[in-house]
Amino acid sequence: MTPATLAALTAARTAKRAVVLATRLPSGEQRLLPDPATPAALNAAAGTALATETSATVVLDGQHWFLHAFNPPPRLVVVGAVHIAQALVPMAAGLGFGVVVVDPRRSFATSERFPGVEVSTDWPDEAMAALARDQRTAVVTLTHDPKLDDPALDRALRSEAYFIGALGSRKTHAARLARLRELGHDEAALARIHGPVGLDIAAVTAPEIAVSILAQLVAARRGAAIARKPAA
Amino acid sequence: MTEAEDVLALAAQWRSEGELVAIATVTETWGSSPRPAGSQMAVTRSGRMAGSVSGGCIEGAVAEAALASIASGTPQLLDFGVTNERAWEVGLACGGKVKVFVEALA
Repeated sequence: MTPATLAALTAARTAKRAVVLATRLPSGEQRLLPDPATPAALNAAAGTALATETSATVVLDGQHWFLHAFNPPPRLVVVGAVHIAQALVPMAAGLGFGVVVVDPRRSFATSERFPGVEVSTDWPDEAMAALARDQRTAVVTLTHDPKLDDPALDRALRSEAYFIGALGSRKTHAARLARLRELGHDEAALARIHGPVGLDIAAVTAPEIAVSILAQLVAARRGAAIARKPAA
Repeated sequence: MTEAEDVLALAAQWRSEGELVAIATVTETWGSSPRPAGSQMAVTRSGRMAGSVSGGCIEGAVAEAALASIASGTPQLLDFGVTNERAWEVGLACGGKVKVFVEALA
């Protein structure tokens, strides 16, 4: 790999821009895609690699190209800078999520409690408007406080987020669904919420609850059977 | 999901520190290969190593090839598989097959 290619790839990834590193095999000639000077078929194949998040070797005009998809990290919005979030956030970062913690309560949302993590002290509805942008976003609410969780869930349900989860007991969750129904969300929308969030592994401690939430999140992202919600 | 351990970033950092570095990337898999295409491993001439291209079956052979690419500057496309009676004399215990591209960072 030439220094120019490495620098361009590094710059794209730092800017969180989705790119494909195309390597011709076996010669090793490389280019970054999309690129206007590249044949349309190769650019199209690169688009597919990014959309499906799948790196693969393709054959075009008898040439073998390895298309290595570099998507920015999928986003995880954690609402509530609470104790469970302190366990959840570093584990999520270790799984490759780009994590943002949202909590307007400044005594909770401190960089001391969340070192090296993007923290927003905006109200959840404002923060969510900027954060929950696409299908590569997951939202998990942890505060147990309707004032904070409800606006976040309301916004999440209006987004394309692929995963929405809310912490709280079944009783709390039933009350939460009733409030969201009053905000105009129908049953199909409400069924998108994993609540109580997390796989049932009888978790007790904060790190155990974090594992249960992240296991469900990975299962949803990878399309595992266990992530399919039972019919309500 | 992205790899939490960013092999490419680490390789770039090692290179900027003056190390001689090669990167190995899985480009194709068949059967039950443990790591998907795009999985990477970085190797320095000084012996540092990060990432993986299999469950540990072929990393030793890939590291040797990486050193050869660092020395020659020529990339290599390697084939590994249980049925493969190649000079590498290593295969995948899982019964899968993989192709690995090895290149030096110039």
